[in-house]
Amino acid sequence: MPEVLTAPLVVEFPFTRSLGPVQSAFLTGLRERTVLGVTASDGRVVVPPTEYDPVTAEEIRDLVEVGTSGTVTTWAWNPSPRRGQPLTTPFAWVLVRLDGADTALLHALDAPGPDAVRTGMRVRVRWAPERTGAITDIACFEPDDSAAGEGRPGPDDGAEGTGRPAPHSGEFADPVTGITTPARLDYTYAPGRAQSRYLRALSEHRIVGERCPSCRKVYVPPRGACPTCGVATDTQVEVGPGGTVTTFCIVNIKAKNLDIEVPYVYAHIALDGADLALHARIGGIPYDRVRMGLRVEPVWSEDSRFPDHYRPTGEPDADYDSYKELI
Amino acid sequence: MRDVAIVAFGQSDHVRDSAETSEVEMLMPVLHDVLAQTGLAARDIDFTCSGSSDYLAGRAFSFTMALDGVGAWPPISESHVEMDGAWALYEAWVKLLTGEAETALVYAYGKSSPGEVRDVLTRQLDPYYLAPLWPDSVALAALQARALIDAGLTDERALAGIAARSRAAAASHPHAQLRGEVPAGELLVAPLRTGDCPPIGDGAAAVVLAAGDTARRLTGRPAWIRGLDHRIEAHSPGVRDLTDSPSTRLAAERAGAFTRPVDTAELHAPFTSQEVVLRRALRLDAPDSRVCVNPSGGALAANPVMAAGLIRLGEAAARIQRGASDRALAHATSGPCLQHNLVAVLEGE
Repeated sequence: MPEVLTAPLVVEFPFTRSLGPVQSAFLTGLRERTVLGVTASDGRVVVPPTEYDPVTAEEIRDLVEVGTSGTVTTWAWNPSPRRGQPLTTPFAWVLVRLDGADTALLHALDAPGPDAVRTGMRVRVRWAPERTGAITDIACFEPDDSAAGEGRPGPDDGAEGTGRPAPHSGEFADPVTGITTPARLDYTYAPGRAQSRYLRALSEHRIVGERCPSCRKVYVPPRGACPTCGVATDTQVEVGPGGTVTTFCIVNIKAKNLDIEVPYVYAHIALDGADLALHARIGGIPYDRVRMGLRVEPVWSEDSRFPDHYRPTGEPDADYDSYKELI
Repeated sequence: MRDVAIVAFGQSDHVRDSAETSEVEMLMPVLHDVLAQTGLAARDIDFTCSGSSDYLAGRAFSFTMALDGVGAWPPISESHVEMDGAWALYEAWVKLLTGEAETALVYAYGKSSPGEVRDVLTRQLDPYYLAPLWPDSVALAALQARALIDAGLTDERALAGIAARSRAAAASHPHAQLRGEVPAGELLVAPLRTGDCPPIGDGAAAVVLAAGDTARRLTGRPAWIRGLDHRIEAHSPGVRDLTDSPSTRLAAERAGAFTRPVDTAELHAPFTSQEVVLRRALRLDAPDSRVCVNPSGGALAANPVMAAGLIRLGEAAARIQRGASDRALAHATSGPCLQHNLVAVLEGE
């Protein structure tokens, strides 16, 4: 049996952000197949647009429409797309300077292979069939073989032929004011030496703490270090199973997805032999009969890797002096 | 202004997977090492500052657990940066300069093994235009490498040479993860091959800073911080000239790096192509240059994310402390494609 435990851990959340006026116009524009930029203090057209000048940090608001075709300024061939990336088949990451823009936008280029990609090549936006007002409304770029001449300065639609980006009000019906971007990261959690030993003992219905070689305190659950002395705790000490309620609270709010009737009691419990109280639910006694000094023991449910709750042992209450240092 | 020096540096072995130890278990021997070097106990330290990232750990407030390794009782003056530990060192340096502290303990750690570090680092990108596309750290570095090649500033062979030189330098490094001859490998995100990229691994580092006479009392040859500065550029990679690093150049200028030549440069360049950019920005490629670049092997030999920058400062200081350098430059970076850069100039007496 390996010394150290591991378990899959998924961190997943919908990243919800509100948008400022420039970002709102840009992302709404993408929904409407229109690419907007913003004019910086030095006259450069910044695409994708920011709300502040990248050089002076001044607020900028002058929106312009740029082309949906552009020129690759640099690229990188990605033979193994990763989860969440724009394409599932091998593709090129590209920075594209859209016609009329002075800065480049990062996205994916759908190309048959690295030999079909080069800096300076002409590409055009491939729109996603379903668009919601997000950077992913651009599904990717694709080679633009129809280009009449490289480096065309003006937008190829909207303000075609003007040779310069066209002013745009940024106003659209039903503007997008926020985005929700799902983010998911997968981990293999390894709790380390001390906590692995603790968890392994729990599966045998034993509770194991570790003693600090310096201050002699027994920590449970052990984390491998004495937080007071800053040294490794490496002597294992079995604690409990009996313990004393040092302090408690009465929970009156039903937790989501938790099948426990309210009110119930959550308590700090100083296990016999431990110098740190751990916390757990108290059962087997009416909530309004729980008290400081109550003697309790763990109740292990079938197949459980940790005590489901603690219940009174029936012993007389502990003297206050015996647990006052652990409150 | 009072003088501040690095008086001790320690680091863990850097390994691909440290599942057998938790963060604090990995960190503790390093903390004990630097304290033992100075003869100080944790309670003697006036200020403690650390650098790490919750996204690497996959847990909120992960640094509070690592703090157990310091022994925070009686209560200590402590701070944390969600950044590379080089920036924790910056904060501690300021604390010492203001006279609020005489000694400081700075530490940093990162475990990349529990997750996919390429994906994790996408979460530092702007959440509107970049993060939803999940461009990973290798992809962004590869865009920069292509820009350099297109500009005629390097080629794939020269990049392979940087990788080989770095790992050869690390051959005798007791803590390095990747050392000696390493094959160029397959194209990971072209033009970068696996050999152009840093090893993925876990590790920790710690440094003790001290001011003036305290520094002299704690060590025979303090590595005095003569200048320290950090500068940042626009976040969007499409706004910047990826072949240049004006933030590194400015930080170096403000840190006094150009007033006299340095003999050593520890550069935080996780990708071979980034060394090309940094060498140009820091003027390390002059024909008569005698600068020894990354004698430790740099981040290509060991890249514990959040600690690799602090390690550059530590390696430069250790080289001064053992008399192998008189004036060294140390650099740390953060953000995509060398967005944010810190430069320190260290000297022996």
